[in-house]
Amino acid sequence: MSVDLKTVKRVAHLARIAVSEDDAQRMTGELNAILGFVEQLNEVDVAGVEPMTSVMPMEMKKRVDAVTDGNKAADIVANAPATDENFFLVPKVVE
Amino acid sequence: MTLIDTRTPDAKRLIPGATGDWEVIIGLEVHAQVTSEAKLFSGASTAFGAEPNANVSLVDAAMPGMLPVINEECVKQAIRTGLGLKAQINHKSVFDRKNYFYPDLPQGYQISQFKQPIVGEGKITISVGPDRKGEFEDIEVGIERLHLEQDAGKSIHDQHPTMSYVDLNRSGVALMEIVSKPDMRSADEAKAYVTKLRTIVRYLGTCDGNMDEGSMRADVNVSVRRPGGEFGTRCEIKNVNSIRFVGQAIEYEARRQIAIIEDGGTIDQETRLFDPNKGETRAMRSKEEAHDYRYFPDPDLLPLEFDQAYVDELAKYLPELPDDKKARLVNSLGLSVYDASILVSEKAVADYFEKVAAGRDGKLAANWVINDLLGALNKAGKDIENAPVTPDQLGAVIDLIKEGTISGKIAKDLFEIVWNEGGNPRELVESRGMKQVTDTGAIEKAVDDVIAANPDKAEQARAKPTMAGWFVGQVMKTTGGKANPQAVNDLVKAKLGIEE
Repeated sequence: MSVDLKTVKRVAHLARIAVSEDDAQRMTGELNAILGFVEQLNEVDVAGVEPMTSVMPMEMKKRVDAVTDGNKAADIVANAPATDENFFLVPKVVE
Repeated sequence: MTLIDTRTPDAKRLIPGATGDWEVIIGLEVHAQVTSEAKLFSGASTAFGAEPNANVSLVDAAMPGMLPVINEECVKQAIRTGLGLKAQINHKSVFDRKNYFYPDLPQGYQISQFKQPIVGEGKITISVGPDRKGEFEDIEVGIERLHLEQDAGKSIHDQHPTMSYVDLNRSGVALMEIVSKPDMRSADEAKAYVTKLRTIVRYLGTCDGNMDEGSMRADVNVSVRRPGGEFGTRCEIKNVNSIRFVGQAIEYEARRQIAIIEDGGTIDQETRLFDPNKGETRAMRSKEEAHDYRYFPDPDLLPLEFDQAYVDELAKYLPELPDDKKARLVNSLGLSVYDASILVSEKAVADYFEKVAAGRDGKLAANWVINDLLGALNKAGKDIENAPVTPDQLGAVIDLIKEGTISGKIAKDLFEIVWNEGGNPRELVESRGMKQVTDTGAIEKAVDDVIAANPDKAEQARAKPTMAGWFVGQVMKTTGGKANPQAVNDLVKAKLGIEE
C-alpha cells in the first residue's frame, strides 16, 4: 500500500492540519517509507493471534455511577478565546 | 451489512405511483440516552437543563491529558437493553474513535463502537393496527446491533449574528445507538417500531424515552423499489425527534424518491433533514468528506470484557417486559388482546392497572382503567403520573359496584366526584346518599307513581312493550339513578302486565 500526494493532502485536510505543497511532497515520501515497514510486518502470519491491547494482562478499569465532577463552568471556558455566560462562542456554524 | 429481505411485498402497504406500485424500505437508527447519574467516561452529571457548561468535567471538555474511565452502570444498562431486545450479548467489545470536526465535539472524535459492539443481533415484535376489522398484525423487526457511544455538546445558533454558542453539558453523556434491519415497509410500521422500542427501554429503566428532551431521537433510512425488486438507493433523514415526525418524514421522502425515479432521475445517497414546519425533507449542505470517519480503536480504553455470569446476574433482575405482561394479562386475567395491548403500551399505565386489578375482577378493572380513567386523562390532557384518581380510589369504586352498593351508572358519577374533589369513595357514597336502592318497596312505590302519573303512556306500553323502557328511564330519574335497574325493569313489566 502507498499514498499519493492527493491522499496526503486529503488526510491533512480531514485532520484540519495546514500542509504546504512542499511539506505535502516530503510527507508523501515519508509516509510511503512508513507504509513500506508496515508491509514488511504484514508478511508475518498472525492468523489466530489475538491483537495485544495491553502489555500487562489487565481488565478495563470502571467507575461507579456517581456524580463526582462538574460545576466548574468558569474553569471549563477559562481558556476559550470568546465566551458569554459560560457558553463557548465560536464563529457561526449553521447547517 | 448485507441486506436480507425478510418481508413479502403486501399490496396494502404499497404506494401507488404514476407508473405502478412502489414499496418503501425503512431502517432506523435510534439514539437512546442511557439512564445514569454520571456520564459514560466521566463523573459529571447527566441532569437535563443545567446552567451552561455546569455538568462538564475536564474529560468532557477534552482538556489535554484527561483519560476516560467507563461508568459500569452504563455497561449494565446496555446489556439489560440487549436482553430486552432478545439480542446476542457480546462478552468482548471494543471502543473506537470516530473522527470528525465540529465545535460541539471538543475531542475531535466521538468514542463509539464500530467493529465490535456490545450487543449483536436481536428482534422486536411490533403490532400494527387496528385495521378496519379491528385486527392487529404482529410483525417481527430485526435488530442489527446496539452499541455504546458518547453524545456531543449542543450548539445554539440564534443568540448572536456571527457566533454560535456551545454548551458541553450533553458532551460525553452515554447513548445507546440501536440499529434496526431494513425490515419496515410503511410509515406506520416505523412509528410502531419506535413506540415499541421506547416502551421496552422504559420498562427496563434503561432510557427515559423522553423525545422532547432529546433522550431518544431517530435517524431514518428510506429507499423505494418496485415490490419485491432490488433495494434502491437510500437517503438518511437525521435526528428526527418525535414519533409523529418519523411518520411524516417517511411519507414525504418516499413520495419524493418515487417522483424522481418516475421522472427518469436517480436517487443520490445523501443525508437529509426533516423540517416539521413545512412537513418536508431537504438535503443537508453536502460535506463530501464528512463520511470519512477514520475509525480506529481508542488507545485510551482497553476492550470491554465480562463473562456469562455477569450477564446472567443482570438477566435475573430484569423486569417483566411488555410482551410477557400482555400475554399474562390475556392468559391469566382473561383480558382481550386489544385491552391488554392498550394497558401494556405504557409502563405507568400497566403499573396503575395492576394496582387496581390486584384481588379484583381483571376485566372490570381493565374497563375502568381504559374507558374511564384513560378517557378522562385524555380529555383533560393529563399524564397517568398526575391522575387525580389513585389506583386505591378507583379500586374502591369497583369494590362498591361488585358489592352491589352502587349501580354502574352511579359509579360513573362517583368517579367524577373523586376526580374533581378527591376523597374516600366509600365515605362519599355514605355522605352523599348514593347507595343503590335495593328495597323493593321503595322501587315499587316509584314505579306506581310514574304509571299513575302517565296513564296514556301506560296504555301505549301495554300495546307496544318496547315502550316499557321509557318507564324504566323515568323511574331511574325519580330515584336519582340509585334504583337497581334490573329490579326496576322487572317491576315495570310486572305492573304493566307485559309478558317477557
